[in-house]
Amino acid sequence: MELVCPAGSLPALKTAVDNGADAVYFGFRDSTNARQFAGLNFNETRAGEGIEYAHAKGSRVFCAINTYPQPDGWEQWKGAVDRAANLGVDAIILADMGLLDYAANKYPDTPRHLSVQGSATSHEALSFYKDNFDIRRAVLPRVLSIDQVRSVAKQSPVELEVFAFGSLCIMAEGRCYLSSYLTDESPNTRGACSPAKAVRWQDTPQGLESRLNNVLIDRYGPGESAGYPTLCKGRFEVEGMVYHAIEEPVSLNTLDLLPELKALGISAVKIEGRQRSPAYIADVARTWRQALDRLHATPGMFSVESQWNKTLAGLSEGGLTTIGAYHRKWK
Amino acid sequence: MMKLSLGPILWFWSRQSVFDFYAKAAEWPVDTIYLGEVVCSRRRELKPDDWLELARDLKACGKNVVLSTLTLIESEADLRRLRRFCEQDEFLVEANDQSALQVAIRNKIPFVTGPAMNIYNTATLKVLARQGLQGWNLPVELGKETLAQLINELKAEGLDLPAEVFSWGFLPLAWSSRCFTARHYNLPKDNCEFRCLEHPDGMELRSRERQELFRLNGISTLSGSRYDLMRELPEMTRMGVSTVRLSPEHIGMDQVVKRFDQVRRGEMPATDPLQLVEAPPCNGYWYGKPGMEQELLS
Repeated sequence: MELVCPAGSLPALKTAVDNGADAVYFGFRDSTNARQFAGLNFNETRAGEGIEYAHAKGSRVFCAINTYPQPDGWEQWKGAVDRAANLGVDAIILADMGLLDYAANKYPDTPRHLSVQGSATSHEALSFYKDNFDIRRAVLPRVLSIDQVRSVAKQSPVELEVFAFGSLCIMAEGRCYLSSYLTDESPNTRGACSPAKAVRWQDTPQGLESRLNNVLIDRYGPGESAGYPTLCKGRFEVEGMVYHAIEEPVSLNTLDLLPELKALGISAVKIEGRQRSPAYIADVARTWRQALDRLHATPGMFSVESQWNKTLAGLSEGGLTTIGAYHRKWK
Repeated sequence: MMKLSLGPILWFWSRQSVFDFYAKAAEWPVDTIYLGEVVCSRRRELKPDDWLELARDLKACGKNVVLSTLTLIESEADLRRLRRFCEQDEFLVEANDQSALQVAIRNKIPFVTGPAMNIYNTATLKVLARQGLQGWNLPVELGKETLAQLINELKAEGLDLPAEVFSWGFLPLAWSSRCFTARHYNLPKDNCEFRCLEHPDGMELRSRERQELFRLNGISTLSGSRYDLMRELPEMTRMGVSTVRLSPEHIGMDQVVKRFDQVRRGEMPATDPLQLVEAPPCNGYWYGKPGMEQELLS
């Protein structure tokens, strides 16, 4: 099983490679990828340097162009595909059907991976993308239980990559418009969810408030630790009760599931977090490298070291991790 | 003349409520009716055969009927139900997921796409047109500027693909594997006691300042404000939009249809307030703004 790590910058890319990533993924410095953050991502020169560095050390490089271009942006997004192919990336991660069609016709020899933003949750959906755009691999949305992953894997016509660690998207990716409902940007249109430009922090007599385009997302009492106001992780009122009505601020951690994922024939595990620092990437990549090496060396006897979980919990939202939808009861 | 459609029911209503609703809808001036469960696979008050029978009845009443498929496919059982709709050739199918596209294409069944299908550019429409696409819905988060460009590009390509716009109702914004209604009642999803039946228009989710943000509806999250493009209908007609979609609600739907029908005929609709489930209006998406906002028409 391949370890796929995020690279939001050249230092992060090098750190991931040095700490055991089999592959890294990056995006260009614009809205063509789903992690559009100020100061993050790559221009063409830096991307070229990163690819050279990774290839020299035997790691592969994927380029994420996984937002949805509208007519105004079509030329720009097409240009991103051209750049990625000409840079010699090992795969392009795409979601939009139009762009997949363009890439498949223009660069048939550059492998195409279906992004999680392509929302494929069944073998029929995977076959659609395989038949139409000859994708090699697909990243599964974080909504399936392990039994459901098993059933998809059994009949999948393509390699599968699943999320292993990082922020937990609770909605079926690629079909969540909550962010553009409150702000004017969404993952699909701009590669941004709950964008920083719309965030405001305010100290008030009631406590510290986080707002998104002026909408109160959460309010923290003394001693409560405040998190980034991702809109689905706020506390809201439903029928008189105030609680995390959609999701708590927790991270996904599937270390416990590794043997099962391997048995299902999953090709790769993906770490979320191109917005994270190189120091974070180093800790996460090293931990997962150790786990995967252990799994490989002693299959059938794999057990999770408490130190690994401790390291990962320390890097998680709210210090909490969950296996999320993989466990049916979570739903 | 602009066509009116009645979208699939997004809420969980009892079997009798569904039949009662469509018995009335058969008399309303809507051209197209979308039938089927599009939100949750546990909602089975009507079986696929019930939907098909209802479809035949409504067709006999002169309605154009389309069968809508589930938006989030999670299991083999979901696929089996999907195939019931995508392997018949009596009715057009509305694909709400790539799984439905695949089955419809394999069986050479003509299809349209619903608003959750990510169609953001002409290249995507061309891919689907080659495979049997008969019409499409604009994703809810897109507005008039993008739509106008898409319609013009299609025209330039010589492609006749009628565009439909979700124009009235609570906007379907997200789907999850988690059920938020069950979560509210502290029940596991697999044993949810079908509590959605108690909420025929969802559960209001408000900020702690009482601002209406969303409506929780099982595994789906809808807008807290009601999208309303009634005043924009003449503009849509000029742009070449084929159909406006009205999303079913259990109160006042006949009056809503009546007003849209008046507007499409160029008549002035009555201005007295309708008796509806209470919610603020919004139209931001149409104007390229945050969806929850309300642009005032000058």
